[in-house]
Amino acid sequence: MNNLKKIKIQLNGGEYILKNGSNLNDLLKILKKDNNKVAIELNGEIADKKKYKKIILKNKDKLEIVQFIGGG
Amino acid sequence: MKDEFKVAGTKLKSRLIVGTGKYKSFKQTAEAIKASGADMVTVAVRRVNILDKNKPTLMDYINPKKIIYLPNTAGCFTSNDALRTLRLAREMGGWKLVKLEVLGDKKTLYPNMIETLKSTKILVKEGFKVMVYCTDDPIMTKKLEDVGASAIMPLAAPIGSGLGIQNKVNIKIIKEQTKVPVIVDAGVGSASDASIAMELGCDGVLINTAIAEAKKPILMAEAMKFAVISGRKSYLAGRMKKKNFGSPSSPTKNLI
Repeated sequence: MNNLKKIKIQLNGGEYILKNGSNLNDLLKILKKDNNKVAIELNGEIADKKKYKKIILKNKDKLEIVQFIGGG
Repeated sequence: MKDEFKVAGTKLKSRLIVGTGKYKSFKQTAEAIKASGADMVTVAVRRVNILDKNKPTLMDYINPKKIIYLPNTAGCFTSNDALRTLRLAREMGGWKLVKLEVLGDKKTLYPNMIETLKSTKILVKEGFKVMVYCTDDPIMTKKLEDVGASAIMPLAAPIGSGLGIQNKVNIKIIKEQTKVPVIVDAGVGSASDASIAMELGCDGVLINTAIAEAKKPILMAEAMKFAVISGRKSYLAGRMKKKNFGSPSSPTKNLI
């Protein structure tokens, strides 16, 4: 029952709706991002890359997903 | 003659490090890096694009397995922001060799040395190898070295200004008193500026805007490559003494 619900997270400064029970790996798949090219901060803490599958997102979680871009 | 360049144990073929910002396209960035001969490039950490999922990324054009990425903290004005950025960079793929830059003023982009020193201490304790962007103040650079900076990177002039080396005396003093590499970072405008930095004895030069904002960036990248090489050779060769009067280059005896 709970699994059918949607959750609302804060992703890179905006609202984002996700299926309840989604983990970080699921989110990266939806966003078409390569696990090896990003880093994730979840509620102010850096998420361990090896645990993306195990980290289940909750309502109101605050996420920052970053990558390398051009810079001096 | 063997003239090795190492930063924190990493051997670099080129003494020119280039930035990857301000280019027209990723393609141009990649071409400029190739022309510059640099094997280390600075990169920034920013939010991924959520809306355009298929947008190409820097890594699609510049392979981090072939070119060493040096993550920076550009745009950070506090120690906390800089630490957060570099910890994320490390999580992205094990980047430990980083460029620390904590700015203090939006107009001049001068570094805030108090926050910079504080951040260097913490990062070194966390196992980072920190190349530090700093003012050309020999006292501050000494303090940075004392807390474990892997390279001292004094500015030649404000970031993106292209003004060239404003205080040669300080850069020289810093180079003479520093055991880790000294790399002039920021303010280089043309090839001659890069040569001057190298002739002062600096170990390397970091250039972004002077290449990216040249009319022909690829050609300027190549110019910078040669400028750094020739400046280094000139330094190693040891310049002649300066004199105030003329001294003939041809023998004065047996004139007809």
